[in-house]
Amino acid sequence: MKYKSQKVAYWFFALAILLFSLQIIYGFIMGFARIGMDGLHEFIPFNTARAVHTNLLVVWLLTGFMGAAYYIIPEEAQTELISVKLAFVQLISLALVGVVAIVGFHFNYWEGRKFLEIPRELDYLVVVNVLLFLGLILGTLYKGKRRTTTALVLTMGLVFAALLYLPGMIWFDSQVTDSFFRWWVVHLWVEGVWELIMGGILSYLLIKLTGVDREVIEKWLYVIVGLTFLSGILGTGHHYYFIGVNKIWLVVGGVFSALEPLAFLAMALFAMYMYKKGEKSHPNKIALFWTIGAAIVSFIGAGLLGFAHTLPQTNIYTHGTLVTAMHGHYAFWGAYAMIVLAIISYALPNMTGRKRYNVNTGHYAFWLTNIGMLGMTVAFGVAGVAQVYLERKMKLDFMDVQNEISIHFVVLLLCATMFATGVILYIIEFLRFGQPTDEAVLGENTTEE
Amino acid sequence: MLSKSQARTFFLGGTLVTFLAFIGLTVYSLSPQNDQTNHDQITEGVIRGKHLWEVNNCMGCHTIMGEGGYYAPELTKVYERRGPDFIKAVLKTPIPWQPRGRKMVAYEMSEEDAQALVEYFQWIGELDLNGFERIVSPLSQDK
Ligand code: HEM
Ligand code: HEM
Ligand SMILES: [Fe+2]
Repeated sequence: MKYKSQKVAYWFFALAILLFSLQIIYGFIMGFARIGMDGLHEFIPFNTARAVHTNLLVVWLLTGFMGAAYYIIPEEAQTELISVKLAFVQLISLALVGVVAIVGFHFNYWEGRKFLEIPRELDYLVVVNVLLFLGLILGTLYKGKRRTTTALVLTMGLVFAALLYLPGMIWFDSQVTDSFFRWWVVHLWVEGVWELIMGGILSYLLIKLTGVDREVIEKWLYVIVGLTFLSGILGTGHHYYFIGVNKIWLVVGGVFSALEPLAFLAMALFAMYMYKKGEKSHPNKIALFWTIGAAIVSFIGAGLLGFAHTLPQTNIYTHGTLVTAMHGHYAFWGAYAMIVLAIISYALPNMTGRKRYNVNTGHYAFWLTNIGMLGMTVAFGVAGVAQVYLERKMKLDFMDVQNEISIHFVVLLLCATMFATGVILYIIEFLRFGQPTDEAVLGENTTEE
Repeated sequence: MLSKSQARTFFLGGTLVTFLAFIGLTVYSLSPQNDQTNHDQITEGVIRGKHLWEVNNCMGCHTIMGEGGYYAPELTKVYERRGPDFIKAVLKTPIPWQPRGRKMVAYEMSEEDAQALVEYFQWIGELDLNGFERIVSPLSQDK
């Protein structure tokens, strides 16, 4: 770290971690409801818990991405952020909008559109907030001495993510068109522009951690994001198979979404190859684990488990079952949660000046969360496949099937406990680092590439 | 060997071509002659039903057209399966509906609101979903 203004990232990371821990609590509420322990039903019915769980996920990841941008962009552009004060204003207003939305969900103040539950009035505030964020980032890049591909791809991802929020704000009378454009946000985010953000962060981390030449890394970054858009844009069609639009999407969506894993495969190979090739061995082993881990787990969660149900012949049976939840968890975890945890683990020692590079707690946090999440994925998967056979093939009644598979949610909760233990350890490490200091900036002798 | 500028061209070119194709296909599939949704039958009641579906976040537990939470039954064909009276009873009851142990929120809806949702479900039930309607439909049980 070389610029004092990078320190603002710390507070974004802290907010992200806080929201992450709340997300998990609501996950437990749903898990218990599914084994019949729904004592909170009066106050937090399942749909409230679900909206809170998924929106907190999206918001903490976006907060993490913003923190990552505030950390990475000054260093890439070789200049201080244009205004730290406004960055704090942006952080606080983001937190306020988030809190109002989450509290509102408990009082029927929402818009029941999966993943976009934030009501439209608040959407406008989100837009203003994101514009402020983008203004600060673009302004810094513009003022900067250097424009790197890494910074460019990261910024492009953030700008497109903001633009793609807009189609989700339009009202449609038809449920079908509503769904159609909802996917422009949800799908084109996670299987499109967020991959640019992930690619940008990954590329930055690999440059720092492996010491491989920037030109080589950035060339492959272009190939990866090229594959992402080539497959991911038309791959949106895999959500259009069965929602009342033309059959042409069965072909287009099937073919192109089947190619989507290539981008994730490329990302995994890229990370592993750069790691092998790198002659520099950075002491921050924990950041390295999270970085390489994100590249590999995203390939399994998004690439392999996405492919498993993306062809229309399979999807017609699995669509809208727990099979989707299985994939949703491992994909979000591997691709986006892990990359945010990676940049936090990389940045913390640099911001605070405490070189807790290879501490046991950090390693336990990595393994417990990962093994726990893998177990949860398997539990969702087994429940999902059983559901598909019993409900969709054998035509048993919905609730009969649910009662049959509830045992898998006991397993889910056990694995979730392991996962949550890992998260607690991660938070303990986060707190042990303490707050960022200017001495850390001045005392830093970062090896430049 | 691939150069950086070739890699950039691949990225920009691929993005542009697929993006244009995507817009073209969107226009094509949403054009009136390809309508599979009986768009002209979206009445005031159906629109009101959709609004109620959203403000109550029914999708937070149920799926419709396979989209939503996985906690409660798929509702695409609920009109056919249960009929209007049953649906209204579920929406109007003051005590949580829980026929097999899992609770639904007691909405205590008015007759008009319940009727609007019935019309909404009726419209949804008539959609041509490229075969998915047969997977979740009670009629397919006979085959
Ligand atoms: C990091 C990337 C990804 C994330 C975070 C992600 C996440 C999700 C989530 C949360 C859903 C549920 C959406 C809903 O029903 O509302 C979903 C659905 C789906 N995803 Fe992904 N996904 C990713 C990548 C992929 C890839 C690469 C593929 C294909 C190869 C894929 C295939 C699918 C399919 C077919 C569905 C629809 C499931 C259904 O019909 O119910 N996903 N994804
Ligand atoms: C203690 C840990 C967790 C538990 C017990 C848990 C449990 C659940 C449950 C029960 C659902 C609802 C499924 C349904 O509709 O029936 C859900 C949805 C979801 N959770 Fe979690 N979760 C946990 C952590 C996470 C984490 C860490 C992530 C992301 C990295 C995540 C991402 C999601 C997503 C994307 C959905 C929506 C899936 C879909 O609609 O297909 N969850 N979770
Ligand atoms: Fe998708």
